[in-house]
Amino acid sequence: MTQAEPDLNAPTASTSYGRVKPAPENFLHPQQHLKAVTVRRSFMAKALAAGAGVSVSVGAARAAQGARSNATSSGSQDRTQTDDPAVLNLPAHSRGLGAPVATLGYGNPSRFERNLQRRESPGLTRIGAASVSFTPLQSLFGIITPNGLHFERHHQGWWDVDPTQHRLMIMGLVKNPKLFTMDELMRLPSVSRMHFIECGANTGMEWANVAVPTVQYTHGMMSCCEYTGVLLSTVLDMCGVDRKIARYVLAEGADGSSMTRTLDLPRAMDDVLVAWGMNGEMLRPENGYPLRLVVPGVQGVSWVKYLRRLEVGDKPYYSKDESIHYIDLMPDGRHRQFTSLQEVKSVVTTPSGGQVLLNKGYYNISGLAWSGRGKIRRVDVSVDGGRNWQAARLESPILNKCLTRFNTDWTWDGRSAVIQSRASDDTGHVQPRINQLRATRGTRSIYHNNAIQSWRIAESGEAFNVQAY
Amino acid sequence: MRALKGMARLALLAGLFSWSLLAAQVYPAQVAAGPAISAKVNGGQDTSGRVKARPWSHLGREPTPAEIRAWDIDVRADFTGLPPGSGSVAKGQEVWETRCESCHGAFGESNEVFTPIVGGTTRDDILSGRVASLQRNDVPQRTTLMKLATLSTLWDYINRAMPWNAPKSLSVEEVYAVTAYILHLGDIVPADFVLRSDNMAEVQAKLPNRNGMVLQPGLWERRGKPDVQGDACMRNCGSATEIRSMLPDYARDSHGNLADQQRLVGPLRGAQTVKATLGSAAQASMAQASAAIKQTAAAPLPDDAALARASNCLACHHASNRMIGPAFKEIAGRYRGESAAPQQLAERVRNGGQGVWGAVPMPPHPNLNDDEIAQLVRWILAGAL
Repeated sequence: MTQAEPDLNAPTASTSYGRVKPAPENFLHPQQHLKAVTVRRSFMAKALAAGAGVSVSVGAARAAQGARSNATSSGSQDRTQTDDPAVLNLPAHSRGLGAPVATLGYGNPSRFERNLQRRESPGLTRIGAASVSFTPLQSLFGIITPNGLHFERHHQGWWDVDPTQHRLMIMGLVKNPKLFTMDELMRLPSVSRMHFIECGANTGMEWANVAVPTVQYTHGMMSCCEYTGVLLSTVLDMCGVDRKIARYVLAEGADGSSMTRTLDLPRAMDDVLVAWGMNGEMLRPENGYPLRLVVPGVQGVSWVKYLRRLEVGDKPYYSKDESIHYIDLMPDGRHRQFTSLQEVKSVVTTPSGGQVLLNKGYYNISGLAWSGRGKIRRVDVSVDGGRNWQAARLESPILNKCLTRFNTDWTWDGRSAVIQSRASDDTGHVQPRINQLRATRGTRSIYHNNAIQSWRIAESGEAFNVQAY
Repeated sequence: MRALKGMARLALLAGLFSWSLLAAQVYPAQVAAGPAISAKVNGGQDTSGRVKARPWSHLGREPTPAEIRAWDIDVRADFTGLPPGSGSVAKGQEVWETRCESCHGAFGESNEVFTPIVGGTTRDDILSGRVASLQRNDVPQRTTLMKLATLSTLWDYINRAMPWNAPKSLSVEEVYAVTAYILHLGDIVPADFVLRSDNMAEVQAKLPNRNGMVLQPGLWERRGKPDVQGDACMRNCGSATEIRSMLPDYARDSHGNLADQQRLVGPLRGAQTVKATLGSAAQASMAQASAAIKQTAAAPLPDDAALARASNCLACHHASNRMIGPAFKEIAGRYRGESAAPQQLAERVRNGGQGVWGAVPMPPHPNLNDDEIAQLVRWILAGAL
């Protein structure tokens, strides 16, 4: 610091401590302020003088644009770089004023993300009110599913239920039956837990053969959220479960289907939530607003939406969706009943079916792994159809009955390849191949297909859904 | 199953389930269970039924008996919860023709939209309790009666969820009657049969698939053991890999243009599956998707079509093809130029109708208000574009 320059941190003559000063000029030392004003004026003059030249160079860049290929966006390694008009031509958003705050009271994704939609699989179901829409896993990052893209499964249409009129009744083999309003439920001590939810029929179209093209349809009946609610054990303890004879809990929804599913009491007292929150906001109507059951590790049908009643009993209930549907047909013609656990499973989401690699070189193979029995312990990835494997990096967090994101490096040499992932959980269960599953369960089970998924990368760069073993 | 708090309520409700086979086993035990031994299992959970004092214990209130009756509608496999009553096959046919047939077909075979309820079972199955056709791979559809192992399930489901667009609107007699009619269509009970709360168990013993279920505790219990284990081999595993299954070329566009289902930026693009030129798929898809997005951003779904979809019109009607009901195009064609048509059709949408397009009735739509109906009719008459 020279003598000529003042100490900018020293108090000025006008400084008076303990007094609020107007912003912004008085935050600068008077000399600093003077300098800033001078520089601003000189900048304006120079800009005016240069004006004509700027418009000429913009015109030249625009002329060059037509002749230029899309080399930059396709990641070309070409040494003879040409000027990118995306750099040279300042776009409107660099030259204008953007939108003010709260233009959207509840924000939306960019309009350029419109390709990410929940979609139905044509021909799978026949009526929209008893159907499923699939989450676009191919385009999601990390482990949390945005609420608007959470998969949907409705048995009798969905409703936007008035939360002030919603009630939860707990009755049956309890000492004190209870009726709760949402006000009362939301006063109870709550927890927030991250868990995956997977439909028991996820990947069900693929038991016998490949049936659908992309990971959205093979694995998109699955989502993962941070749920907020009260532990079911807290609620049941308030009611005093008769543990000598109580063995089961029936959960029932308030919608037209009045979905009913049986839970066993040990699970009900373990980690089941009566939830109203989903990724920091209330549940979405399509996902059971204002109240649903969260049954970690268990197929989605048990996560009863619009939850209105819990009955404690001594026997299972044999409801429609545990007697006619959600039963697994075995090769001997009998159905397995009360199968509900979602076993260890994984899938590569990038690259995956229906995607096209842009050119040779480096790719990050990325995917999701989960287990209804616990935590993911490891994920192995193969690029030669299961002959050789290497361990993938597991990204944190690695949580109980929650999606785990995995990544691994891969350099594509332009030849065809078959990419697979294989997860193991902390109980030692290793994800099986489809032929291993079929040896025991046949091809008609519909439910609980946790087979290793294969994506064939063709020489064209396009990825195809295949079964390879 | 009815919840009971004490002897008084038991006495009050005793008449309701005196017919129930297992009521005698369940309720006395339930009533007897009071504050007893305080054994601990599962990490200190109270096993006695004693309610622990918690700071939040005062929240919630006891439901009234009428509230419990209103919601406690489940019927268990042992028929606990089944209300006393009866319904005949003949009465069931009446109910069927007005409330069920439009979706499930005259004989439970259902139409092309809903899966069939009846079919695929034989007299031998009724004797053995195992549906033989389930062991074959050539059976196109699994009907409800092929799978049903517990009669209570059928009764409970009809009672809670049917008819589809007006659930919980059937009387107890109608539920018994419809259940009886379905059983008759499956040759399980004769045409003059009356299903009653006290002969449900007899019919249960004739269900074709009553012995067709097995339990798989490994896929149910909290610490269940898996039945299929993968292998953890890392090097030179198995024999040479073969591609055993892939989508045929003709199915390439079965899910639309995949290019439109992928993000516009990132390491990959979506494959162009509708107008396929694979070599330049990436660039083509990006340009096309960009253009499509600009277009959809400017012109969202027409409100009329969205309303038709949200109102479930499209469950039975298609723009150009006949499904359960006539195509919108057919309707527009028939009523073209008729000035009374809007009012006439609005009436048909509001209150339902039958006979104009065949035997399948159009159900009433109390869920739609007059403005919505007028909008839908206008749209349909204009060609449903």
